[in-house]
Amino acid sequence: MKAIFDDAQPIELTLIVNGDERRLSAPPLRRLLDVLREDIALTGTKEGCGEGECGACTVLVDGRAELSCLVPCCQVNGCDVRTIEHDNLASIQDAFLEHGGAQCGICTPGMIVMTRAYLDQCERDKSSATIDGAREALAGNLCRCTGYEKILASVLHAARAERAR
Amino acid sequence: MKVASVRTLRDALSALRDAGPNVRILAGGTDLMVEMESGRTRPESIVDVWRVLELRAIRETQEGVTIGALASCTELLENKAVSLHADILVEAARTVGAVQIRNRATIGGNLGTSSPAADLNPVLFALGARVRLESLRGTREIAVESFVKGYRTNDRASDELITAVVLPRRPPHEKRAFKKVGTRRAQSISKVVVAAAVESNGSDIVRARISAGSVADRTILLDGLCRELVGRRFADDAAIMDLCRVQVDASVAPRDDVRSTARYRRFVLIRILAQIVRDAVRVK
Repeated sequence: MKAIFDDAQPIELTLIVNGDERRLSAPPLRRLLDVLREDIALTGTKEGCGEGECGACTVLVDGRAELSCLVPCCQVNGCDVRTIEHDNLASIQDAFLEHGGAQCGICTPGMIVMTRAYLDQCERDKSSATIDGAREALAGNLCRCTGYEKILASVLHAARAERAR
Repeated sequence: MKVASVRTLRDALSALRDAGPNVRILAGGTDLMVEMESGRTRPESIVDVWRVLELRAIRETQEGVTIGALASCTELLENKAVSLHADILVEAARTVGAVQIRNRATIGGNLGTSSPAADLNPVLFALGARVRLESLRGTREIAVESFVKGYRTNDRASDELITAVVLPRRPPHEKRAFKKVGTRRAQSISKVVVAAAVESNGSDIVRARISAGSVADRTILLDGLCRELVGRRFADDAAIMDLCRVQVDASVAPRDDVRSTARYRRFVLIRILAQIVRDAVRVK
């Protein structure tokens, strides 16, 4: 199937966002970030740099961590998209709250979604979360406030809490 | 601007034929989306190939391994055939961006953009990769060092699509190295990147392919150094360093830019090359 669009003309899209089917129309190259924040009012996902450097806008597309500022919406038609508003992030959010993993909060949604991707990866690999693994997983998420130690501690506490469940 | 969103290779090729010369191919978007957002690029049309799944496969063959152009860095570093025949490609893929970028950045995109700072391209030069290009006119393969032609330019015609990268089987007795120098370990773009494949017969080097990135307007093969190494024996480490210095001065003219200076790049490149040669000649 080949579809040719004019980039100024909206196309019909169906996304599964946090488990809910969303039908909307948007120009094909509109960034997934803008579709989430402006078209369906899920403003939890933040725009940091807007050029793929900072990780603030990280979401999961069919389970893979991607930067929503670099994804045109025509590439996610029919995909499963999970954002910071998803309801399977509670134990991670609790750990970030309890261990001071957030300060100004702009990078936090990306950090938490990336932590979800990392813990899911650990589960698939049947391995435990480690400090080195967490560093590697969160290497693309920049924070200008915390110095990372508390973020990494939060990730490891979240991993422990989920295992204990 | 027209956007063609395709799911099959055939549709991709017919969209490229119909689009005319001012067309950009969109895959993982790690280059093009940034260029468009900043206003630096405004092509007349875009062919989005990201979901052409047949271009994502990695296959081990009699000759080696054929990597679909849409294989992402993550897929490269999880693949057994790539690890077996192209271990330094896995190493290089691991240094690209961070997880989110590696999930989207593709091997075909690295070649298509032909940035001098691309991290996978020096490895493809060192391993003697061939680039497969397809159009409705037919299929051809070209050596990667002939494919890359200048600063962000290459031999692809506007109706062609890079569909695969073909790598030879790993030869026995080949030593390989990959070294990237950036500002930090993750999410950085290279100041200097080097990849090498050096084959020896037990006592002498019989063949060498050494490539560098971020030190010229394009990824380069250090032909002169490679020729000098064949059959060469060195009195000591200083002799190795001298040869590398002479060869770099003769064939490489790095530039100052936002990421580094010409002086630093030259200094680091010479030392990385000397280290690679030292390790290679010490093969028993």
